[in-house]
Order: sequence, then structure tokens, then C-alpha cells
Amino acid sequence: MSKEVTLPLTDEVLKDLKTGDNLLLTGVIYTARDAAHKRMVEALDHGKSLPFDIKGATIYYMGPTPARPGRIIGSAGPTTSGRMDAYAPRLIAEGLKGMIGKGSRSSAVKDAMVKHKAVYLGAIGGAGAIISKSIKKAEVIAYEELGAEALRRLEVADFPVTVINDIYGGDLYEEGKAKYKGKAS
Amino acid sequence: MREIQAGDVTNTVARLFEHSCHYLPPDVIIAMKQAREKEKSPVCRDVLGRILENVEIAGKEQIPICQDTGAAVVMLELGQEVHITSGDLYTAVNAGVRQGYDKGYLRKSIVSQPCFARVNTTDNTPAMIHTDIVPGDRLKISVLPKGGGSENCSRLTVLTPSDGRQGVIDFVVNLVDEVGSNPCPPVIIGVGIGGTTEKAMFIAKKALLRKVGEPSPDPEVADLEREILGRVNNLGIGAMGYGGIVTALAVHVETSPCHIASMPVAVNMQCWCARREEAIL
Repeated sequence: MSKEVTLPLTDEVLKDLKTGDNLLLTGVIYTARDAAHKRMVEALDHGKSLPFDIKGATIYYMGPTPARPGRIIGSAGPTTSGRMDAYAPRLIAEGLKGMIGKGSRSSAVKDAMVKHKAVYLGAIGGAGAIISKSIKKAEVIAYEELGAEALRRLEVADFPVTVINDIYGGDLYEEGKAKYKGKAS
Repeated sequence: MREIQAGDVTNTVARLFEHSCHYLPPDVIIAMKQAREKEKSPVCRDVLGRILENVEIAGKEQIPICQDTGAAVVMLELGQEVHITSGDLYTAVNAGVRQGYDKGYLRKSIVSQPCFARVNTTDNTPAMIHTDIVPGDRLKISVLPKGGGSENCSRLTVLTPSDGRQGVIDFVVNLVDEVGSNPCPPVIIGVGIGGTTEKAMFIAKKALLRKVGEPSPDPEVADLEREILGRVNNLGIGAMGYGGIVTALAVHVETSPCHIASMPVAVNMQCWCARREEAIL
């Protein structure tokens, strides 16, 4: 059973999200990977504004394949989130509320999520074709020269994710592993 | 001497990359279906089901299975009786990568310089080409679009002879435990033991060309593969790291003679989206 969640993520919504919950997200999310993160944090360091309002925003760690003619976007699955760990605590402190990706986060990111009330959501790695079906609109809003790594604004409907880290310090990777350790044989 | 046109090489490479990014090899699909049946965790069974659905949609609607359509790894077995005409071999391979990634609407993920400007080459070249010269008059072309997420979880070490079999097992199992959810499990683990360092990693990658779960013909090696697989699946990581009993689909070990002082061990990690295809010209 999945919970339907309308973006942006507010503190009111976040308090009901628990590690392991399956969600269907509807609303606006922004895509950014390594290179776009580097530029965003550099912008903040120089006192400049970001290409979108980070307060309450959700970032999807994703760089799509090119859209075939007549299509909204190409394959659009998550990339490994750990590479954004160096930048994430800064963005969370600025008001970022949701991150979508795959793979574990550092303790600095997890601490920042608890402290500032933000969540980390897992999308299925490699499931780029099926995930692209939930994307209804896509436009590049900054860093176009980065190609697949450009910053995109996406409008999504019923975008499937699983809560990995909630605002209470829960971690699906740790809990899931503990449950099935030694259970194969 | 048998002549092969460079243009045929280009067209074949292009076709292999485009096709492999939309269709998984049948043995990989079978292994994923078996994983779903075997998995005790309902959460991971659901994940595996959605992955299989994704693979079906990819083929039907011509959307790449995964958005990371990889670095273009190309392994060539070039018969020594072959003469390539109307161009040189590596230029032809790279032209094929350029063509396949363009026409197939695949992602271009290669930067020209690794640690400074990192400017995208915009056509996914250069390919990572490895060539073996073999007897005969054929050219075998194997392609592996290799995603960055799993490649980042690969590792090389040099153990000493006294570390032995147990040392190999511990190194591989500890690595899988450490990288956890990052390489998109269930993974296929390519292991190269022996050779010199570069040879160890090369045979680890070559191990990924094997059909999933096909054991080594050497009974001692096959036994090692089974033991590592058992240990890895007992880690509890499961599909996408959500907790389950299928963390790896298979362990493929290749070995090579090595120096009396050393025992290099390389792990080349492969995500579940194990795209590979081959053709013989």
C-alpha cells in the first residue's frame, strides 16, 4: 500500500513519513547530480541565489538519457546519492526537505536530516524506463551546458519512492539488513 | 587472410550498444526471476517484480532500461588471419560507439579529463577497448555498457600467498558488505585472482561476460564461487539494499598464474542491469 503525497514536503507531511513507507509523489521536483551540486554550493559560497527556491524543495539525483522525439524525457532512474553527501548538509541547512536517489548516506547527511527535518527517499536503481512514466513535464532551468547533468525542473505524478531515512533517524538499509542477516542459508 | 571492412565493425558496434541498452540477456532475466522466487523479503520481492516490469517496458517502448547507459567497454578477439580494410580498427569501434549512442538516444557519460575540467566528450567516446589476438579468421566483438554506480564499487588489492583462499573470500565479502546498497543489488560479482595487478582487474571484468551463474569449469574455483555467493547472500543486504536474502545473483571467479610473492585480487562489480552482447564477424 502506498501513501499519496503532494509536494512540497512540509513539516506537517514529514512527521507522518516513516522509514519503509512506500510513497507516490505528485508535484514539482528538481534534478541535480555531481556537477550541478558543485555549482549550487559554489553559488551559495559566493552569496548568490540558487536557480530555484531551495526552501521546501525536493531534489532528485538523476541525469536522464535524451528524450526520443515527441517524448517528455528518456530513461530517468536514480544515481548513487553518496556522491552528493559532500554538498547535501549545506543544502539541507538552506531548507531542502527531500532527496531522492539510491544508496546509503553519510552520518553527516543523516544528522542534518534529523536536525533540520528532511527525508531521503529511495527510487529503484536501474528502473529508468518505468520511472520515466511518472514524469509529466521536464525543462532545463540551469547549467544547460552540463548536458545530462543540467538542472531540470520536473512535474511528476504518482512518482514511486520508498522512505529510506525519516526525520526520526530511521534507516531502511540498516533495519532491512539487520532483519535478513544470516537468513539466506 | 580474410578481409573485414571497417564499416562493418562500426555498424556492428553501434547495433550492439543500442540493442543491449534496451534488452537484457535472457540468462540475466532468468536469474532475476529466480531471485524473485527465492527472496524471503516481501519488500525485495516487490522491488524485483518492478525491475522485471521495467525491463519489459524498456524493450516495448524503446526507453533504455537504465539511464546510465555506461562507459562503452568493448572487448575484441581478433583472429590473426583478419585484415581490417578501409580504415583502422579502433577508429571504426569509436565511430560505432558514436553512432549507437546517438541513434539509440543513449546517455553520453564520458568526460575527456578525469580530475580537472571534466568536460563531456558529447558522444560517449572514447570506448574502453581491449584486444586479444587469437588464432583464426574471425573478429568477435563483445560490448558491455558499464554503469558508473557499480563500477565505483569495484576494488583491487594485493594479498600475500599466506592469505590464501580465506583471504580472497574475506576481501570480497567485506567489500560487498561495505558498498551495500550502492551498486544496485542484486549484483553479479566478477573476481580476478592472480596475474599482476592490471591483469587481475581485467580478468575480473572478463568474468562478467560469462552467462550469469555459469560455474567455472575448474571444480576448485567453482567451489570458491559457491562459498562466496553463500556468504554474500547471508549479509542481508537484498535487492536495492532494502533487506533480503538475494544480494548477489552470481559470483564469477577467473584465475591467472602469478608471481611467487603475490596474490592480486580484483573485484569488478556489476549491477543487476547486466547488459552485454556479442557478435562474430
